[in-house]
Amino acid sequence: MYYSLIVLLPLLGALIAGFGVRWTGERYAQIIPSALLILCAVMSWFGLPGAVEWDAREPITWFRWMASGELDISWGLRIDTLTGVMLIVVTTVSAIVHVYSMGYMADDPSKPRFFAYLSLFTFAMLMLVTADNFVQMFFGWEGVGLASYLLIGFWYHKDTANAASMKAFIVNRVGDFGFALGIFGVFAVYGTLNFDAVFEAIPGSQGATFKFLSWEVGVLNTLGMLLFIGAMGKSAQFFLHTWLPDAMEGPTPVSALIHAATMVTAGVFLVCRLSPLYEYADGAATFITYIGATTAFFAATVGLVQNDIKRIVAYSTCSQLGYMFFAAGVGAYEAAMFHLFTHAFFKALLFLGCGSVIHAMANEQDIRKMGGLWRMIIPTYVLMMIGTMALTGVPPFAGFFSKDMVLEVAYAASNNAGMYAFWLGIVVAAMTSFYSWRLMFKVFHGPRNGDPEAYAHIHESPPVMLIPMGVLFVGSILAGAVFYNYFVGDGAHDFWGHSIVHAKANYLYVEKYDEMHNIVHAAHYVPLWVKALPFFAMLSGLLLALYFYVWRPETPARMRAANPGAYQFLLGKWYFDELYQTIFVNPSMLLGKFFWKKGDGKTIDGAIDGLSMGIVPMVTGIFNRMQSGYMFHYALAMFVGVAVIVTFAVTGG
Amino acid sequence: MTHSGFLLNIILWLPAFGGLVLLWMGGEREAERQTARKWSLGITVVTFLLTLVMFAGFDPNNTGFQFVTDIGWLGGLKYKLGVDGISVLFVMLTAGIMPLVILASWDVEKRAAEYLAAFLILEALMIGVFVSLDLFLFYLFFEAGLIPMFIIIGVWGGKRRIYASFKFFLYTLLGSILMLIAMLYMYWDAGTSDIVALMDHEFSSTPFEVMGLELGAGVQTLLWFAFFASFAVKMPMWPVHTWLPDAHVEAPTAGSVVLAAILLKMGGYGFIRFSLPMFPVASDQLANFVFFLSAIAIVYTSLVALVQEDIKKLIAYSSVAHMGFVTMGIFAANQQGVDGAIYQMISHGFISGALFLSVGVIYDRMHTREISAYGGLVERMPVYATIFLFFTMANVGLPGTSGFVGEFLTMMGAFKANTWVAFVAATGVILSAGYALWLYRRVVFGVMTNPALETIQDMNKREIFTMIPLIAATLYFGINASALLDVFGPSVAHLLDGYTAAVGAPDPILIQSGGEGAVAAPAKSGAAH
Repeated sequence: MYYSLIVLLPLLGALIAGFGVRWTGERYAQIIPSALLILCAVMSWFGLPGAVEWDAREPITWFRWMASGELDISWGLRIDTLTGVMLIVVTTVSAIVHVYSMGYMADDPSKPRFFAYLSLFTFAMLMLVTADNFVQMFFGWEGVGLASYLLIGFWYHKDTANAASMKAFIVNRVGDFGFALGIFGVFAVYGTLNFDAVFEAIPGSQGATFKFLSWEVGVLNTLGMLLFIGAMGKSAQFFLHTWLPDAMEGPTPVSALIHAATMVTAGVFLVCRLSPLYEYADGAATFITYIGATTAFFAATVGLVQNDIKRIVAYSTCSQLGYMFFAAGVGAYEAAMFHLFTHAFFKALLFLGCGSVIHAMANEQDIRKMGGLWRMIIPTYVLMMIGTMALTGVPPFAGFFSKDMVLEVAYAASNNAGMYAFWLGIVVAAMTSFYSWRLMFKVFHGPRNGDPEAYAHIHESPPVMLIPMGVLFVGSILAGAVFYNYFVGDGAHDFWGHSIVHAKANYLYVEKYDEMHNIVHAAHYVPLWVKALPFFAMLSGLLLALYFYVWRPETPARMRAANPGAYQFLLGKWYFDELYQTIFVNPSMLLGKFFWKKGDGKTIDGAIDGLSMGIVPMVTGIFNRMQSGYMFHYALAMFVGVAVIVTFAVTGG
Repeated sequence: MTHSGFLLNIILWLPAFGGLVLLWMGGEREAERQTARKWSLGITVVTFLLTLVMFAGFDPNNTGFQFVTDIGWLGGLKYKLGVDGISVLFVMLTAGIMPLVILASWDVEKRAAEYLAAFLILEALMIGVFVSLDLFLFYLFFEAGLIPMFIIIGVWGGKRRIYASFKFFLYTLLGSILMLIAMLYMYWDAGTSDIVALMDHEFSSTPFEVMGLELGAGVQTLLWFAFFASFAVKMPMWPVHTWLPDAHVEAPTAGSVVLAAILLKMGGYGFIRFSLPMFPVASDQLANFVFFLSAIAIVYTSLVALVQEDIKKLIAYSSVAHMGFVTMGIFAANQQGVDGAIYQMISHGFISGALFLSVGVIYDRMHTREISAYGGLVERMPVYATIFLFFTMANVGLPGTSGFVGEFLTMMGAFKANTWVAFVAATGVILSAGYALWLYRRVVFGVMTNPALETIQDMNKREIFTMIPLIAATLYFGINASALLDVFGPSVAHLLDGYTAAVGAPDPILIQSGGEGAVAAPAKSGAAH
């Protein structure tokens, strides 16, 4: 009941804001959903010990959704540590974003609609993280996609927003295509879609093969890959990342909630939830590691040169998600969840900070038109500073702990994929630091580059925006240090319980104890230089940014002039959008036209029309007569005629 | 047979009676039109209520036919009616949609009484299709149902109505003739036209050659194709689908609703009632052929939908794609596939019906179906925007709507039968999002550029009221799919038992069971310690 309430209260909030404005008035259509979310957040924090204790012993079942043959799916909740942690992340950030939005959206004419969408999103996300079977997870999965679609396109008069919302939905559907096939495969192989039953059966199907398309393939790796394609879409990983930067068309609080802290981490959550599968699917896990590391690198390179304040943070998110994935890929699900947890705080903080800057600058988002802002909006500056330090991994802020852990597990994995991830991860750490500080310097320091008119009206955000950011501020400082022990330290085993599985076969040798340990444990014994390297990478990025944007501000222009090709390539985001337009979108349209005009029109209808050439005039004649009032007599005659023919045919034959 | 078949007879003939009375009353004055509308609404509502009464007395766990009437007619023919778990829902769907169709026709002025009468008679004929338990009775209803539809399009349709209705007629005619011949053969072979008896009759499946063509299941193959010719057109399946977009475009709104919501389901119903149980060997052999056509239908028509400039045509093509899931599910011939196909048909009844009603709403105001004539409707029509979005999402199969369950189950069933078809069909999930959202964006979102739209009114009470039952059904059956699945599940299981008995159990999914790996794993971890 307790946990059910956490999940259902946001739905209630969404309904009230969406359909109850007539009775509540506009003001309460914002306050009620926000209050409900705060309640949910408090309940989630208090619910964590219970969730750890519960450890998915038995699911909470609401009612049956569908049953067909051996398929039996019910609505309900799976309560364990993984769920408990996600409940906290989702409800906390959501509550903060709700409150913040009361200030941020104050001038918008359709506030109730906005709050309805926010709460709807939260409900769908909670359904996703509490699912006890693949189908309910898919429900949440597509539900958050819907909410994301609605929120990105919230300002529907903007053509770019409409395009971005569509793109987000469709690219996500590409991921869902893989996810759905994975679900069908799981069902075909195991005859059930309930997590416990599937997890139990998985170890027994190592080495099992089935025919997928025209090939005989290993069951576990194939299912693992297909399901991961879903994660790639939702979490904007390499190849399916193109929608995320465009999603910044939505209002900034949306970016903080959906496109930084919660929805985009659903893919990471999926992989962690399916640790019982990925532990036995080496190939798929390796693939995840490579994709994660590549995404981290790719997004960071693009982030280096972007000029839209939100897009920089968006690419940063994409990059950090890559971190989480390669941690999960090497089998350190706890480390992935740890980074997911801390990232939620500081990335949401950064986004809300961006919102505050944009708010102050009268909707300006181009960092080339900012500069020297820090004195004018000191609280925002301080909040962003903390967020940046947490993101780049300055000790002892949150990101320092989790990012180091992610890199250490990659090294500890000591296989090719792990090394690939580790070294790219180190480079990414330096780049993250560079672009984050670039943003800080260009926005808050240096000369005032923007419209003097805009500068004249700069104002700090109201308390209703700053106070929620304060909560994230605390999280960004403390989340790493306080939770380190539970998530990845000595307490990890008891904390996670059965929610995360490590196969004995994947244990690593730890020299110190001359024993085999799971990767998260083993990662504590990597060489000292591995632990120190991320710090120096961060430092080098910071120094480079200082050099580029503070000490020698003419450097970037010189670099651009010297390497126009490289610069354009990065600015153009590696030209993925153009590529996809050329190989997917345009051909679809052309094929559609071809099928329509040539296939349906010329070929099929051509044949039919040819056939009917002689009969059309006759029929036209009949209709003319019918229209003069005899049609039902005619119909009746036809009816009787058919009857007579049949009767005759049957009795005579 | 605890229940009398009397109730079912009333359900079947009440609308026809209502229609005939209406024809007799006629009248072109406004007061008379109003009477005709109320009369029609009354008849359809009472019919629906009677189906609810019937449903209350229906036992889903009894896989036989219920509410049976069985009396001799001409020669060996019978007047035999009854419903099982599969058909009872189609009867209810038909009866449930009709009052909404009448409401949607409220503003029709041209020969209103005759128009409404056509729908009432059509209702009776459609119900007849679903309740007939005699081969020739089925044939009569199946073919006669075309006539009112033919007339509705031909008389009350758009500019190219003659072309459209004629194409519709021509397409279905060829299939009908083949089906009739097949029925005559079946009657001759089995000595009965009783559908229940025919399901137990084993038609020969000894292979033979005709003009050099090997018929894998002999007579069954021939019969299968004869029925296929008729049902495939009705579905419609690719490549015999081109009558549908034209028919929809020219049909009045109410006609489109009936066409999409109910008439399209007769083909699928036919496959389940005849092809699977009566020609199992042929069905099994030809499953891949159907998969092939279904996969093409899904991808091809989705792509075509993507480039349409006419709203109704786009939705019509989307219907063809959705019916591709149905044929795929049926011939997967497993519980999820067939359950999904039936679910998809019922759900498509709500969703496509609502979509065509939605088009009607703006067509009535603007008298154009050109997508480019719209844009920015959300500014002036927020209620409409919300409802249309809801059904757009249902159409793309968003979980939580009934559209999801059918698509999901059919693909799940298909995956077990043939991973290729499931794979290709799943791309339809991406494409449907493409065409549906793009349509929505162009019609509802964006800036209002057409000055004629500036005075457009949001949906009125009657229009909203018409939508509410459809919204409720789409949502309710989206989150409580068992409410329907449990009704037809036992009947489907029964059907599939017979099917499996005839063709044998499907091959297991796994090629290697993984026993080896399972043994190897502990050894590996043992070494690790």
